[in-house]
Amino acid sequence: MDRRSDMTEELLEILEKNGKFTVEEIALMLNKDVEEVKAEIKRLEEENVIAGYNTLINWEKTSKELVTALIEVRVTPQKGEGFDKIAERIYRYPQVKACYLMSGGFDLTVVVEGKTLKEVAMFVAEKLALIDSVVSTSTHFVLKKYKDDGFIFEKKKKDDREVVVL
Amino acid sequence: MNIKDKIVPQVRNMPPSGIRKYFDLINEMKDAISLGVGEPDFVTPWSIREAGIYSLEKGHTHYSSNAGFIELRAEISSYLKRRFNLEYDPAREILVTVGGSEAIDIALRALVGPGDEVIIPEPCFVAYKGCTVFTGATPVIIELQDKDNFKLTPELLENAITERTKVLILPFPNNPTGAVMNRRDLEKIVEVLKDKEIFIISDELYAELTYEGQHVSIASFPEMKDRTVVVNGFSKAYAMTGWRIGYACGHPDIISQMTKIHQYAIMCSPTTAQYAAIEALKNGDEEVRSMVREYNRRRRVILNGFRRIGFSCFEPMGAFYVFPSIKSTGLSSDEFCERLLLEEKVLVVPGTAFGSCGEGFIRATYANSMENIFEALRRIERFVNRLPACSTQRAAQIV
Repeated sequence: MDRRSDMTEELLEILEKNGKFTVEEIALMLNKDVEEVKAEIKRLEEENVIAGYNTLINWEKTSKELVTALIEVRVTPQKGEGFDKIAERIYRYPQVKACYLMSGGFDLTVVVEGKTLKEVAMFVAEKLALIDSVVSTSTHFVLKKYKDDGFIFEKKKKDDREVVVL
Repeated sequence: MNIKDKIVPQVRNMPPSGIRKYFDLINEMKDAISLGVGEPDFVTPWSIREAGIYSLEKGHTHYSSNAGFIELRAEISSYLKRRFNLEYDPAREILVTVGGSEAIDIALRALVGPGDEVIIPEPCFVAYKGCTVFTGATPVIIELQDKDNFKLTPELLENAITERTKVLILPFPNNPTGAVMNRRDLEKIVEVLKDKEIFIISDELYAELTYEGQHVSIASFPEMKDRTVVVNGFSKAYAMTGWRIGYACGHPDIISQMTKIHQYAIMCSPTTAQYAAIEALKNGDEEVRSMVREYNRRRRVILNGFRRIGFSCFEPMGAFYVFPSIKSTGLSSDEFCERLLLEEKVLVVPGTAFGSCGEGFIRATYANSMENIFEALRRIERFVNRLPACSTQRAAQIV
């Protein structure tokens, strides 16, 4: 990892919390030139430090059917094919939202999304479990999301500060 | 019986805070943005709230010792050492109070009375003057200047000192201006004070909220330490305004006397808040740093915003306020604030609420979300562009 300036770190901190700010707004927050900030963001995107931009959606509040499962996967790494290779064979599937290498009792955490329980179960049975190096899977369905990526899903509180003397 | 006439004059004649009317107006408005509130928009960090809740669950619902739990005083002592290089003995030199406000009140009550003068640099927090008058002492106002970035200068101080001066209130980082006093600024003040028998009440509630430089306490000057009462607390740094907890530190001969007043008037600070405060000091540093970084970003945005609108505004280095001059609009502070609220639904506070030398200025707090700050600035710009004085100026610039 390259050595980063304070500005870069703060820029990333701002964008991580809210990707909606414009370059002009961010430049004001950092007290930097707009062009300088623009160039820095571009560099970070090119170097894949900024890997993407997305929106966190609470699908439970929409009519869309969505099921999320967290799957513990145990694998046997093959010779010449480390965890990275096996992980890649798993995370290439578009159904896989996230994939992490773990310490502890199993090897990979795989987060899978589908329309129905059955769809997710079938993905595990027909795709995931059949990958050569996969020894076992254990599927846990998410019942409710309280907080995701640092954001709490309950309704935002109104500013209820009352003014006393000062 | 005319009850009102029976109220003691120093209380009866004290006007209440002058900005009530705005808050009555804003309560009836939808989509109003308040840059008027003098407290953090952040909620107290969870680990601190949790410590308070846990203490209740465990049934810790009794009094503490008058001065506060010794464990809390020990944490305060080590905090002041690590952050500001101040040394206070937890057993004799620290008193836990109901917010910084109580500390200011009882420090004044312990130190001054009729015949004494208290020097108060304005614009400032509204309580100093009131608390001084309630003791029977006389407030002597210093009008801080925009050209000095609202710092207290040795000349201004020297002019205000008389034989009766007993206490200087030193309110930095400052509410409402955001001014700070750095080491060099303080050295000059120390120079003026060192041969005189004047006490200092140093209100350092905003000490954690400084930008581009560390807060320096006047008590860190050895020759000043014995005669300084440092007032600090948890409200601003840890977003704990509603918990009402602060503290005073100073010479044992002052703290022990203040403790007597505290003992008879208050007993002790709320114990739930004391437990929460222990957690704040033990594990709150990172949360404070993160809030300060966010305040700093907002500070830059709002300062740039006001300057772009055309207001002159010195760069505030502390607290969470900007104090721009609105003299170019041709409006008084009061007119500006009232019209801005009615026409664009943005609340800022007239500088005059903090002393008559605040005329021509407004206080805007950036303890609000970045989105609200951007929106408020857009509205203020729209409002200012509609004012005849400003459109003429602008036309003149174009010509």
